[in-house]
Amino acid sequence: MKKFIPLIVLALGALYLASTLRPASNDTGFDFASFGRLPVLKNGRIKPMDTVARTALLMTQGRQRVVTPEGRTITPVEWLLDTLFRPEIADTYKTFEVVHPDLLSLLGLTPEVGDGKKRFSIQQISPKLAELQRQAELAEPVDASVRTPFQKAVVALMQHVVYYQRIKYSLVPPDSTNFLTELTQFQAGLPAGVAAVRAQQAGQTFDQAAATMVLNMARRFDMMSSAGSLLAVPPDVGNTDPTAWRTSGEALLTTFQTGTINPNSLAYAGLAHAWRGQQTEQFNTILRLYTDQMRSRFAEPLVKSDAEVRFNQAAPFGTPSMSLYVLAFLLAVFSWLRWPQTLAKSAFYLLALAWVATTAGIATRMWLEGRPPVTNLYSSALFVGWGSVVLCLVLEAIYKNGVGSVSGGLIGFCTLLIAHHLSLTGDTLEMMRAVLDSNFWLATHVVVVTIGYSATYLAGFLALVYVFRGVFTRSLDKETADALTRMVYGIVCFATLFSLVGTILGGIWADQSWGRFWGWDPKENGALIIVIWNAVILHARWGGLVKQRGLMNLAIGGNIVTSWSWFGTNMLGVGLHSYGFMDSAFFWLSAFVVSQLAIIAVASLPLEKWRSFADNRHAATPQPLRPAPSAEPAK
Amino acid sequence: MREIWMQFVKFFVSLRLTVVLLVLSIILVFAATLDQVNLGIWAVQEKYFRTFFVLWDIGNVPVPVFPGGYFIGGLLLINLVASHIYRFKLTWKKSGIFLTHFGLIFLLVGELLTGLWQEDFQMRIAEGETKSYSESYLFNELAIIEATDPQWDDVVAIPEKQLARGDEIQHAKLPFRVVVRAYYPNAALQMIDPQVVPVRAAPQLATQGLGSQISVTPLAMTYKQNERNLPAAYIELLGPQGSLGTWMVSSMLTTPQSFEYLGRTFRLSMRFEREYKPYSLTLLDFSHDRYPGTEIPKNFSSRIQLKTPNGAEDREVLIYMNNPLRHDGMTFYQAAFEGETTTILQVVRNPSWLLPYVSCLLMTLGLTVQFCIHLFGFIAKRRSAPSAA
Repeated sequence: MKKFIPLIVLALGALYLASTLRPASNDTGFDFASFGRLPVLKNGRIKPMDTVARTALLMTQGRQRVVTPEGRTITPVEWLLDTLFRPEIADTYKTFEVVHPDLLSLLGLTPEVGDGKKRFSIQQISPKLAELQRQAELAEPVDASVRTPFQKAVVALMQHVVYYQRIKYSLVPPDSTNFLTELTQFQAGLPAGVAAVRAQQAGQTFDQAAATMVLNMARRFDMMSSAGSLLAVPPDVGNTDPTAWRTSGEALLTTFQTGTINPNSLAYAGLAHAWRGQQTEQFNTILRLYTDQMRSRFAEPLVKSDAEVRFNQAAPFGTPSMSLYVLAFLLAVFSWLRWPQTLAKSAFYLLALAWVATTAGIATRMWLEGRPPVTNLYSSALFVGWGSVVLCLVLEAIYKNGVGSVSGGLIGFCTLLIAHHLSLTGDTLEMMRAVLDSNFWLATHVVVVTIGYSATYLAGFLALVYVFRGVFTRSLDKETADALTRMVYGIVCFATLFSLVGTILGGIWADQSWGRFWGWDPKENGALIIVIWNAVILHARWGGLVKQRGLMNLAIGGNIVTSWSWFGTNMLGVGLHSYGFMDSAFFWLSAFVVSQLAIIAVASLPLEKWRSFADNRHAATPQPLRPAPSAEPAK
Repeated sequence: MREIWMQFVKFFVSLRLTVVLLVLSIILVFAATLDQVNLGIWAVQEKYFRTFFVLWDIGNVPVPVFPGGYFIGGLLLINLVASHIYRFKLTWKKSGIFLTHFGLIFLLVGELLTGLWQEDFQMRIAEGETKSYSESYLFNELAIIEATDPQWDDVVAIPEKQLARGDEIQHAKLPFRVVVRAYYPNAALQMIDPQVVPVRAAPQLATQGLGSQISVTPLAMTYKQNERNLPAAYIELLGPQGSLGTWMVSSMLTTPQSFEYLGRTFRLSMRFEREYKPYSLTLLDFSHDRYPGTEIPKNFSSRIQLKTPNGAEDREVLIYMNNPLRHDGMTFYQAAFEGETTTILQVVRNPSWLLPYVSCLLMTLGLTVQFCIHLFGFIAKRRSAPSAA
């Protein structure tokens, strides 16, 4: 029976993963899925409405789920539909995260009136909107790196509010209750209206009502055109310029030249009408007709945008993979206490499963972007985790002692958590800045350096396992300790190879495109420090300067060095590489560094204080390392 | 005696020294990276890497507080070379290590030569404009141009450093001496408005040229990457018969100030230090795309006509991101742009550019060989282990 437990765990895990591929249940009758797949040009690429909705919600409130005031949970697409077509209702949804106490009191709000004590609706914010705007105008001229937390909070909230308001103007005017009728009346009255305006300008008698109607509409279109942010109207038939996508307002303004209303704008007005009236059938029919028409024109980009919707739903970097990593970690930890083989094997399977899910996710991102895996800080977090977990799977396949699964589960989970927080700043499938636009170097330098990060972290986490098991448990026997030492040594060698080669490749890229091999730029220095640190570990070991415990402490130091290089350098905000600027993560970086220093301090306790060694000092006192194959001959 | 010598040798070939030096280099690089926020990338290289000691001003006295790049790098080099001579034997098992370290020697030497030889300039060309010189973006010079003959300009360029020292300059080509009355490493200029009394302006010394209508306000030096210092100075010219007057010069004034002396015409200007080239670049077209609906630059490129006066070279080249022009030992790369029609090219001369490539090749090869030797050894050991047990 015990033999089958790992297989059962594997099957359950696989079932769980498969269940995330199922589309979300929808009993409203509205075809949300099709609406979510409609293409929009935003941030330089064509993306589905679904992504627009999710990105906006992640930015403004840090999560994708929306709860209506009645307590009903709605999907991001439903939220977007309300924002676009029934803004007076969307305005009541609590989707703006405000936590800074001074900002709350500025807005006259208390945590109690917010959803989860931190999310508020635009309706709650708007009475103090003018004051918020004034504060934002005061804070914006201050350089981003020296803003106070209050100023940062003000600027962020203002940006979120503007972001939300601009979405509202994208398809129909937010103040209109029946834009479809207005448009049809406008079309019918256009010739008379234009004639009236001309007559007025010529100083002749004119039809006041007709002229007012036309001028009124022109003003509204103009407002939509300048305020709207989603470029949802595709180029006219025959126009092959991929950048000619427009906002609905811009397309409507051309009515004055063409005399006919842009059919796309009209379709969206129709959708707005159906959604406001909550007429399921009408909504689905318009959507079907519109979608068919789009599909015939944009077959290829729509394949990608469909895949993106599926990808969004499956969330391969979200809860499913995270929980599998955590489970793998827990099972492997318990394997050190009970049923070592069964639990270790189950943990290994779950780790592998989570890894397969993230691999599929990374592959999908690569296909969507047409880029190598690492293009920004977010994707580097994904890839660091991915690379570490590969190494862990290899270690676990060789040693079968749970160590690989524990480290893999922990690193996998942590990197996904970091990635989640990095995704809160906007769409993660960003366009590449011109300076980085080279697939060859992204695929070589960036990937290799990132694997170097992975390996250095892994060595550090293996060392953490050594210290925790040694100091706090009795489970670190000599065999395990030696195995861990070999693992750390091997991984450090691997890390040295990859970080060195990656750094040098970066130098060659710099020479190829900037004419200098090395510029002492912060990111370059960070990579260099990782290389040197790994070299220190290897030389210290070869020279016999450190033994088992020293090796572990140095490897934990690698965690600090790598974190600084990965995130710390971006916080400086100087240099050619500062593409991933961020300022809020500073606290977490410092906390991590302090924690690692604390662990090094713990590990430096006398060995008799280590539980594993205290009880059985005789057998388990770490032996001096046998000289490594490449060590110097003793003189 | 021999004992002392052996101790000396042992010190220089010891792994302990290697580790200590590596740790010191980590600290150095880390400190230098943090200091970039204050000093900017260029000053940091001078202060931390291209020096034997990092100096801190305590009071007004520079005190060495930490070994600098040349010190650590030099010792590492000695350590590396010495231990190879002293103890490495070329065996297959160590061939990878040997190659890696050999590559490292190349890298260190290359970086030293780069530090000594590399020069950076900028070239700012508007569409349709032709330039045959690049400009330093760190240094300025005082140019005194004799333009008596309309066919020729005879230029005497005095580096900013000399102005800063307040040297009195006498040059065979000039019929007068140049005396620096005041020098400000970074200053803003303002037209003098009789209604307004300038608050922090420097004392007015100018008696000639534009300077008498302009007030000079000294500013703190800037080290930001996207800003540069614009120095200003009051220069008095002294002929054998006495003073010609005092001029104000500044890099902010783009047009030179002219004057006549003994029937000869001179132009005076403070400008970015120039390097003239035996060829010229004409910007035919600058283009620049953004991703649709965003402000993110997608690409920028400069179409350039490269021409030598003797006509040996006259061709069109396209410079864009990740695709620089290499010509005459210089690399011209697309660095930035201004408005829609002015390109900014970075111009780098680095005669030792090939060394890092050699070292990369050696190190990568060495590490791969060593890693494979270990890996195969490990696999072989694990294969044989179960049968042995």
